[in-house]
Amino acid sequence: MSKVIEPGTNEITTTGQVGRSVPRLESKAKVTGRAEYIHNLELPGMLHAKVVRSTVAHARIRRIDVSAAKEMPGVYDVITAEDVLKLIPDPYYGPAFHDQPILAIGKVRHVGEPVAVVLASDVHTADRATDLVEVEYEDMEPVFHEVESAGTETAIVHDVIRPAGTFADLKTLKPRTKTNIAMEYHLRSGDVNAAFANADHVFEHTFRSQQVNHLPLEPIVTVAEVTDRGNLLIHTASQSPSFVRIEVARLLGWPENRVRVRTAYLGGGFGAKLYIKLEALVSVLALLTGRPVKLSLTMEEQFYTITRHAATVHIKTGVTKDGRILGRHVTTWWNGGAYADIGPRVTQKSGFTAAGPYDIDAVSLDSYAVYTNLPPAGALRGFGIPQLVWAYESQTDIIARELGLDPLDFRRKNLLTNGRPHATGTVLVDAGTTEVLTELERLMDWHGPFEHGTGPIRRGRGIAIGIKAAVSPTTSVAFVNIYSDGSCGLYCGTVDMGQGSDTAMAQIAADVLGLAAEDVRVIHADTDVTPYDMATLGSRSTFHMGNAVRLAAEDAKTKAVEMCAKQTGLATASLRVENGQVVTPDGQAFTYGAILSKQYGMQAGNIMGVGSFVPDYEKPSSENGKSENITPFWMVGGTGVEVEVDIETGKIAITRLVTVGDAGKALNPGIVKRQLSGASIMQMGFTLFEEMAFDEGQVVNASLADYKIPGFWDVPEQNDVQIVEVPHKNGPFGAKGIGETGSLALSPAVANALQDAIGVRIYETPLTPERVLRALRAEQGNEWEED
Amino acid sequence: MTEKQVIRFRLNGRPVEIAVESHESLVDVLRRGFQMYSVRESCGQGLCGCCTVYVNGTAVSGCLYLAVLVDDCDVMTVEGQGSFDALSIVQQAFIEREAFQCGFCTPGMVMMATQLLQEHPLPTDEEIRHYMSGNLCRCAAYTEIIAAVHRASELMKEHGLTLPASTGSAV
Repeated sequence: MSKVIEPGTNEITTTGQVGRSVPRLESKAKVTGRAEYIHNLELPGMLHAKVVRSTVAHARIRRIDVSAAKEMPGVYDVITAEDVLKLIPDPYYGPAFHDQPILAIGKVRHVGEPVAVVLASDVHTADRATDLVEVEYEDMEPVFHEVESAGTETAIVHDVIRPAGTFADLKTLKPRTKTNIAMEYHLRSGDVNAAFANADHVFEHTFRSQQVNHLPLEPIVTVAEVTDRGNLLIHTASQSPSFVRIEVARLLGWPENRVRVRTAYLGGGFGAKLYIKLEALVSVLALLTGRPVKLSLTMEEQFYTITRHAATVHIKTGVTKDGRILGRHVTTWWNGGAYADIGPRVTQKSGFTAAGPYDIDAVSLDSYAVYTNLPPAGALRGFGIPQLVWAYESQTDIIARELGLDPLDFRRKNLLTNGRPHATGTVLVDAGTTEVLTELERLMDWHGPFEHGTGPIRRGRGIAIGIKAAVSPTTSVAFVNIYSDGSCGLYCGTVDMGQGSDTAMAQIAADVLGLAAEDVRVIHADTDVTPYDMATLGSRSTFHMGNAVRLAAEDAKTKAVEMCAKQTGLATASLRVENGQVVTPDGQAFTYGAILSKQYGMQAGNIMGVGSFVPDYEKPSSENGKSENITPFWMVGGTGVEVEVDIETGKIAITRLVTVGDAGKALNPGIVKRQLSGASIMQMGFTLFEEMAFDEGQVVNASLADYKIPGFWDVPEQNDVQIVEVPHKNGPFGAKGIGETGSLALSPAVANALQDAIGVRIYETPLTPERVLRALRAEQGNEWEED
Repeated sequence: MTEKQVIRFRLNGRPVEIAVESHESLVDVLRRGFQMYSVRESCGQGLCGCCTVYVNGTAVSGCLYLAVLVDDCDVMTVEGQGSFDALSIVQQAFIEREAFQCGFCTPGMVMMATQLLQEHPLPTDEEIRHYMSGNLCRCAAYTEIIAAVHRASELMKEHGLTLPASTGSAV
């Protein structure tokens, strides 16, 4: 059923469009520097906005004095919450909770929180004037660590926690007070205490992941203008234009049709440009001034806008002496920062996979979304899963070693396979757990000899495997429009931020219609033009939008055939579509253009196909957190690494990286491989060196000078990527999402390789030289003192 | 506000002039005055390479280069390297090796790779990593970019194709 794709293989479908490594449709635009990004947008009469940000982590605002800034020559205006409140009486926004004020009202909850905005025609003038805005704060007790914050009774970040009721699965949440726990999720399946009692060994560990940043190279940017009818037009580098429209319309009390949101190519997203970021603020600025307004963040500001959750994961596992996992209890605390963003969904959607891709009778999971006084955390390539895999796959190796079992065999013995129920009660279907592990074993030559070295450079290898459930329930709608000459436009709200969705969606439409993918024009997300799509996130687009596009193309094809049947007097069932033509039993062929010309008596008209897709879903029971249908598909990713560890400096070098991902069906094998590799290397940065460092809530390394991301020298010499295909019965052509699959398992694979190399275990990322050396010294009974 | 100063230079081979303020960077001026949107400010510290342009044939970070300094110079951006209908060798090789994802860093990568190949027509992996290490790609297409540089080198050697002049020709 599964198979492994070799590089350059052209998989043939009926028309050969799906499975072909079509070069990205926008290739020439990108290499010539002509591709459109909102970063480049300038409008006549446009004002530039610069944000005055909080310098403290938790405080009441006593006074804001904007007079000096307003008097600076060139400054158009300075805006505070007072102005916002005149326009919007309840200016709190957010996807899961309405907790984030457009500008701080009465108090600030993290360093970098927007307090005021300076507007000027010249961006440098606006920037200089922000220094003249005086804000007086009255400090409050801050709280930074997620576990501490979950227990505090004094440092409360939000007086009242207000769920938004947006998502079907979070609708039942009630407001809370006097706690920093925004939301919690619990799963109970089987008797965990009995399992621990019956186990030969019980292992208990705590793992931590640090706070990191997406850092798309196109910084987050929004431009808003008021149209001649007094409506809003928002140009924004957003992964979720439909959501932005709904949320801005809600804030203003307007119907959706008064807000238009459009995007272009995104210069990277990774989750940073999701839901709503600058859009509410910039819309307000445009409405208050009547002028187009642009806000383009600096790299530094990105660190204060959205981040990835730091997380503490406590994991307790009971096993038999021959290596059968009987029970597992996992408690996870997610550091959501000052505003919930999508943290509550991470808490639940990722929370329920915390026991890993293993077949365990008794599982109990507790997952807490916790507010702190740090910059907000949201979704970053994996939606919390990499933090969980870090814990359970590190522990998997620890257990295997303790029991004297081969780590790969131990995994195989406990692996959750198709047909078996996951801890949630959802039966695993069409998921490549076995296939990914087997492929990892082969590529790593796992049972072959491996030289560990004896000198200052020691070698080791490790593997890990992770599973992710696609977020559900979500909806995608697509239109296929065949124009009067027979050429085709595809209207879909999936945002191409580098993942190659334009190309993949064009391939799907082309395959159905018998056209070449290169000839399908993909119209970018514009809520006045393209239909609803929940968002480009969580590796959902290939599956959800892919299905919508396929259905839209099928609909257009059916309409063309019906039109042709009427024109020729033949039965629709006797007609077939080949190479973009409707063909009659006697061999006559009509192009879509010819059919339209005949229909309208001249080159005119359209054939419109509509497709929409929303998978079945059953929300987790409030009693035990279980659901028989919790996800439309599972993603499975495995990573193998070979490392060299310098025992004198503590530096880990990954010499070989093997990334294996189950694509279901690789619609475009070239792009799928690039996605797997890119995700893997990004995760390598989060594993080895990326870390937001804080001092009283201030990010002390908020620049690319101090916060290093992977560069040319960090990429392993051997960077092997392997696609596994276990087709999904509901995926378009069997395809599943792949954008995060490479991120899932890398961190523990490296820690496992580290232990293989030098015998020490590290429980916290990043695996910096200092941490490695400290662990090594501790192992040798020669511990370093903390500074 | 400071006094504006008029500077004259050649941009992708064409003579241009513009009044600039002393604090304005080359990125600001190329975008504001000439809509050269391939030149992008990202990190703002000369560390990511998204703003790479040539001044008198040498690659510089446009975000750190004061615009007044290009008076009487040759300035070249990726717009001067190739167009849709006439891609440069390096641009062609980037497409063949799928050496980009979001494309935001790509113009800078193309500029740097071109200068690398001018100096080292047959670069080793090590030379490529070293030379390109000032350019970052958050999508992490590094493996593919290295392959693309080798591919461009091959196109030059086997097919006798040449790189665009680093001072730019009129486009």
